[in-house]
Amino acid sequence: MKLSLTKVVNGCRLGKIKNLGKTRDHTMDIPGCLLYTKTGSAPHLTHHTLRNIHGVPAMVQLTLSSLAEHHEVLTEYKEGVGKFIGMPESLLYCSLHDPVSPCPAGYVTNKSASVWGVSGRVEMTVSKFMAIQQALQPDWFQCLSDGEVSCKEATSIKRARKSVDRSLLFLDSCLRLQEESEVLQKSVIIGVIEGGDVMEERLRSARETAKRPVGGFLLDGFQGNPTTLETRLRLLSSVTAELPEDKPRLISGISRPDEVLECIERGVDLFESFFPYQVTERGCALTFSFDYQPNPEETLLQQNGTQEEIKCVDDMKKIETTGCNQEITSFEINLKEKKYQEDFNPLVRGCSCYCCKNHTRAYIHHLLVTNELLAGVLLMMHNFEHYFGFFHSIREALKSDKLAQLKELIHRQAS
Amino acid sequence: MAGAATQVSVESAPRIMRLVAECSRSRARAGELRLPHGTVATPVFMPVGTQATMKGITTEQLDALGCRICLGNTYHLGLRPGPELIQKANGLHGFMNWPHNLLTDSGGFQMVSLVSLSEVTEEGVRFRSPYDGNETLLSPEKSVQIQNALGSDIIMQLDDVVSSTVTGPRVEEAMYRSIRWLDRCIAAHQRPDKQNLFAIIQGGLDADLRATCLEEMTKRDVPGFAIGGLSGGESKAQFWRMVALSTSRLPKDKPRYLMGVGYATDLVVCVALGCDMFDCVFPTRTARFGSALVPTGNLQLRKKVFEKDFGPIDPECTCPTCQNHSRAFLHALLHSDNTAALHHLTVHNIAYQLQLMSAVRTSIVEKRFPDFVRDFMGTMYGDPTLCPTWATDALASVGITLG
Repeated sequence: MKLSLTKVVNGCRLGKIKNLGKTRDHTMDIPGCLLYTKTGSAPHLTHHTLRNIHGVPAMVQLTLSSLAEHHEVLTEYKEGVGKFIGMPESLLYCSLHDPVSPCPAGYVTNKSASVWGVSGRVEMTVSKFMAIQQALQPDWFQCLSDGEVSCKEATSIKRARKSVDRSLLFLDSCLRLQEESEVLQKSVIIGVIEGGDVMEERLRSARETAKRPVGGFLLDGFQGNPTTLETRLRLLSSVTAELPEDKPRLISGISRPDEVLECIERGVDLFESFFPYQVTERGCALTFSFDYQPNPEETLLQQNGTQEEIKCVDDMKKIETTGCNQEITSFEINLKEKKYQEDFNPLVRGCSCYCCKNHTRAYIHHLLVTNELLAGVLLMMHNFEHYFGFFHSIREALKSDKLAQLKELIHRQAS
Repeated sequence: MAGAATQVSVESAPRIMRLVAECSRSRARAGELRLPHGTVATPVFMPVGTQATMKGITTEQLDALGCRICLGNTYHLGLRPGPELIQKANGLHGFMNWPHNLLTDSGGFQMVSLVSLSEVTEEGVRFRSPYDGNETLLSPEKSVQIQNALGSDIIMQLDDVVSSTVTGPRVEEAMYRSIRWLDRCIAAHQRPDKQNLFAIIQGGLDADLRATCLEEMTKRDVPGFAIGGLSGGESKAQFWRMVALSTSRLPKDKPRYLMGVGYATDLVVCVALGCDMFDCVFPTRTARFGSALVPTGNLQLRKKVFEKDFGPIDPECTCPTCQNHSRAFLHALLHSDNTAALHHLTVHNIAYQLQLMSAVRTSIVEKRFPDFVRDFMGTMYGDPTLCPTWATDALASVGITLG
């Protein structure tokens, strides 16, 4: 695979990754995102409804936490997880954890790390981990690593150091095992940058990992709440400066539009798309604008809409939904609100997604109030399409040197 | 009225049903329903989308499966979101964006299913809402009014429904009241040119009461008849006899809608007995419990036996689930919290029902329905002679012998 940069503007990298996949003929744009899945399927979506979405990324994110327990089945299946889940043509990236579900701390040892699936904890030594990857046969996979340091609030230097040491140890062992495996020759190992919030350790992790023959880098442990990100963003710039330019940089746990832009400015290429899923689970629809070149009439209409919506979001309600104790952001509207009961507009005017072309806010409101499954399906379709559209606009803005406008637009809506 | 079946109904109301073929042995018919939102081939199975949605599948998916008519429910929609809102949304078709036909039930069945929340008088049914405790009176007039607002292509009369396990004078009372309520519905119906009001034959499991109801209701000029009050807890032996009695007395040139049926065997038998239209929550409900319908019965895909079964649910099925996914994958997905698993099965089960009806219809048109029935029973029960007694008896009564 080959990463070619078209341009670098204020730290943002615009380019393409070519010759991807087992047949070496797939291409991915950067900056970009990966399709978020749960147990190998986009949430709520079947083959048909996923196909309705425009702009689905070329690469799908699978999580080892949802697949590790199916190790035996996949081994017997022999043909790889892509075919098993019904996505034989997609590029596949296998991360360790599900970015939406936090993992309990205290389970990484010098010899193993654990993931949490439906049936509970799956402990993996390096050899078990690689055996599972042999059964999965993904195109890229995150190396076994010690990312627990980000689960806690304060990082001790000792713990940060340990996360780096262990991750490097795991990496070297995995690389050795990969050499011995014919099946895994076509898969690419993504090295994991750890080190918590300790600059020294972060730099060490970056430099050391970069020495190994990995295909790309995962920047782990930068996720958290918005306040911690600010401090971590400073670390991030220093870290990416140590990494080679010709290998992709992924980041885990960062998916909000404003945070995505901050990270792109600090040299990150690829993101997870779990934010639209979280929005869906709380019965909300993404409505933020990424149209940095609107016509004056549209601007006025948007502004009026945005102002109204910001007012409502002022008292940020905490919505308890499955696994998403997140607050509603100002990038979205809450369709459960009574005011949408008779609103026959689409979720977002001008949106070309299946939901906006076929249904109204009033209908989605009804589905949510009556607890109908279709609500999740339609909202997921809209939210994914809206989000993928946002990434497209980032690339367009970079192409035409308009990123500042886009950034300003997003920040205006981030309240 | 005993003996010969009524050939043509009274009055000169337009006939919405055109017969295309009839089985020369049994009472099975193949036809076409001409409805405001398009033609529907019969016999037809109508999936149930109670609250303006076919559970987790989109109207596009439902259309792609070949569905041309499905159900909505007046009781539920009358409460949420309410008829006024739906009218503003261009009717139920506009609200849920379904381009084909809709049939709405009157709310009568909820009298039985929600019996603890309801009280029946001559006026109508008084319901206590489970959502906010408010009381609503569903009268024949109100039911028709709501259904007029919904704009469905076929609307059902409000009937006085008693559980099929109830005996005694209540059954007779309900039967006569249903006739009176039919007349009130006909009088209240504001849109007979756009919406087809069907009568519902009641009378429980009493042949005399059923016969009386049939005699009276067939005097009314309605575009179609439903056979109601069955498919509850009654024995199958009683069930089929009431169906057969009903079809023998219903006009041939109007559709016969058997409400609440159902299982594949029941569908095949009741087609033989002369029914044209069916509805049931079973296929879509059972899908959400992880059960996939197949010609040999059903597969409980959550079970460990399917963990490493890498074939599709049914190799003969053309639905997207069977085209793209294996039993093993569905098994794994069913054990996750991704709702997609349920949708895959909903798609398949609807496809199964529709493909079954389509195969039944083709066999009638090609004059080989009795052979089809024998093959079907053979596949389902291992041997046609292993078919349940009630089904064997029912089929024999219309000239089809098994084995």
